[in-house]
This record gives sequence, structure tokens and C-alpha cells, in this order.
Amino acid sequence: MKKFFSNYLRDKDIQQLIGKQLRIGVITSSIIVLIGGVIYLIRHGHEQPSYGNFTGVREGLTNLRGIWQGVLENKGMNIIQLGVVLLIATPIIRIAFSVIAFLLEKDYLYVVLTLVVLGVIMFSMSGGLAG
Amino acid sequence: MQVTYRLPDCENHILLTFVNISDSLVTCNSGSTDLNQPNHLMTILSFTLILLCGAFTAGLLGSLTGLGGGVVIIPLLTLVFHVDIRYAIGTALVASIATSSGSASAYVKEGITNIRLGMFLEIATTTGAVVGALIAVYMPTNVVAIIFGLVLIFSSLMSFRKKMEVPAGEQKSKLAAQLRLNSSYPTADGVVNYEVHHVPGGYFMMTFAGIMSGLLGIGSGALKVLAMDNIMRIPFKVSTTTSNFMIGVTAAASAVVYLQRGYIAPGLCMPVVLGVLAGAFAGSKLLTRANVKWLRIVFSVVIGGLALQMIYNGITGKL
Repeated sequence: MKKFFSNYLRDKDIQQLIGKQLRIGVITSSIIVLIGGVIYLIRHGHEQPSYGNFTGVREGLTNLRGIWQGVLENKGMNIIQLGVVLLIATPIIRIAFSVIAFLLEKDYLYVVLTLVVLGVIMFSMSGGLAG
Repeated sequence: MQVTYRLPDCENHILLTFVNISDSLVTCNSGSTDLNQPNHLMTILSFTLILLCGAFTAGLLGSLTGLGGGVVIIPLLTLVFHVDIRYAIGTALVASIATSSGSASAYVKEGITNIRLGMFLEIATTTGAVVGALIAVYMPTNVVAIIFGLVLIFSSLMSFRKKMEVPAGEQKSKLAAQLRLNSSYPTADGVVNYEVHHVPGGYFMMTFAGIMSGLLGIGSGALKVLAMDNIMRIPFKVSTTTSNFMIGVTAAASAVVYLQRGYIAPGLCMPVVLGVLAGAFAGSKLLTRANVKWLRIVFSVVIGGLALQMIYNGITGKL
């Protein structure tokens, strides 16, 4: 009974933790996007938008190193993109949390299934698919 | 104060734009040179502010009607703001991650979401999403627009569908038991147990939903709910929250591909993500007070109109 109770508590804790992690991820990235957005609008607000023809965004915005480089130079676009990357990372981090959660529950079948999901995402991240 | 003052104006603007769209739909004649003109007059500042209002409205309506804000982001960007559909797809993906993660945090805490089922089906949706993002490179944008329009019509029709009662005594699924997918959820009358049926069929449908999500940059919540409600026979409340829980991961799987391809433009993501999130948050606060029924009908009709416009522009090669 005591063991059941502690297991139950732990399970609940993990659900709370996942919920909290998702919320913190969304809030943090929105704040970063907002800060970057203000800098971007102050510097480029008077220019004209050009999204009519697809050229792809400029070089420094498509990989982590380039984005970080621009953040160090206080570029608004790069700070926004940092927030966007953090937002994309939020559900991925949630999966990593779930691996730990299922490990603690000793549910090894779901540890494997969760790792498969993580593997698929890592595979698509690897860059070979970027075309 | 400033925000509340500014909003009604912008909503009128967006509504007017919707009216314009349906006008041009009726006459079947929307000269592209004519439509392109506002872009040349607009600065980034005004573009951002109008887009922010549009995204707020989309997030608000999406959350009130349960259709999700992401579905109108792509037509809003392409038809109204004349953004290339590839940028629109990248932006909508990021927006759907934001809304999905934001609301999932609440549902997970309530214990309605079936985390095991979501995790199992995420294998299907993420593989599908990666495949979809790969197909997207080789597919002409006007074909993407046509497929998008069809999925959009399907999604709006889905919202009128009656919520089915789960018939009891159906054949039990061995696989569901092995995968420990059967679960329970809290209701006002206590905890309700339910069983998951037709696991392979649901898995297959989820792969398809994932492909659509990766190809079109949407959460494809309607397809996910269809797979769980109609095929796997899960209670409505569980299927909607579990689908929402999965959307973020599915979108993230293809977003990493799109980011590297340069589809994700920060100048578009900034107003759209902030606007949709604020709108969805406002919607969740309003939900108990609003009369959702007629709103859902109006929103579905608007979506249907946008979908037809997307298909029309796709066929005539304007997108």
C-alpha cells in the first residue's frame, strides 16, 4: 500500500513536471521572441516586407551556430529565431522527460517506444534531409 | 488600454478582407497585380501590427471553436498578405507548436490526456511528418495549395459532426492490452474507463495525418481526432486532448527540417506566434461565456470560403 502510494505520487509529480515544462518553454520563448521583435521593429520597421517570392531566409538563420552568432551581435532577427528554436525544442524536451518518466515507472516497453519517437526527430534534425 | 483600443479596428479590417475574398470568389476573378499592390505601400511595422491583429483573431476564433488557430494562418498569410506559401507553412508550423504546447500543459495536469496512447501514436505521426516534409520539396506549391484547401474543407465539416457515443461490447483489441493503451479519465460523475480499438487502423490513419502535417504545416488535429474517434473508438474528450498533446511533437519533427531549409522567417513568426498565443489565451478565458454554436458555424463558413479560394488559386497557378 505504501509502495503503491509513493508510485502514484511520483506518477502525478511527473505529469505536473511535464505540464510545467511545456508552460515554461512556451512563456520563455514568447518573451525572447518579443524582445527580438522589438529590436527588429526599431531597426527595420520602416523598411518594406518582401515575402512574396520565396528565396529562403538569409544564411545565419538556418542553423544553431549562425543563429547564436547573430544573437551575440544583438541582431533582432536572430533573437526572434532563438525564441522560435526554443519553441520547437519545447515538445522535443517533453519527450526526453517522458523517457525518464517511463524509466522511473519501470515501463521499459514505453521507454523503448519513446526513444523511437526521439530517434525519428533526431534523424530529421541530422541535416541530411534538409535538401 | 492601447491594445483594447486598437483591436476592434483591426478585426474590422480582417473581416473586410474576408468579405473581399468571398467577393472575388463569387466573380471568380482576382487580378493578381491588383491584389499585390498593398504590399508595396506597407512598411514592416504596419505589416507586423496588422498581422498581429489577424493572428490574434485567428487564435481567439480557433480556441473558441476548437478548430485551432493554425488552420487559418496559411490562408491569412497567402491570400491576404501575399506571402509565399512556403514561408506560410513554416510560420504555421511554429504557431501550431506554440498553441499545442500551451494548452497541452493544462490538459496533462488534469489527467485527461492518454500519454501512453499519445506516445505510441507519435511514432506514426513523426515518421509521417518527416516523410511529408520530404515530399514537400518535390511537390509544386500549387498542388500543396489544392491539398491544403481540401484538408481545410474536411476540417470545417468535421466540426459539425455529432459526437458519437462509444458502442459497448465491441471486440476487444489484444494489441491495445499489450501496449497498455486502455485507460481512464476523470469526469464530473467520477472516473470513466475506456478501451482502445483497432490499433493498426488508427496507427495507419495517424501516419497519414503526420504526412499531411509535414506537407502542409498544420497540426492536422481533425485527422488525428478522426483516427482516434471513428477508428479507435476513444471518448471525445480524451481524443481531442491527446491529439492536441501530439500536435507539438509532430510539428516539431517537420519544423526542424523546414528551419534548415529557410522556410521559417522570424519576421513572420514573431507577430503570428505572439498573436495566436494571446488569442488562444483570451479564448480560453472567454470560453465559458461565449455562445459557441453560431460562432463555429460562421468560422466554418469562413474557413470553407478560404479553402475554396486556396483551391481556386492553386488550380489557376497563382499560389
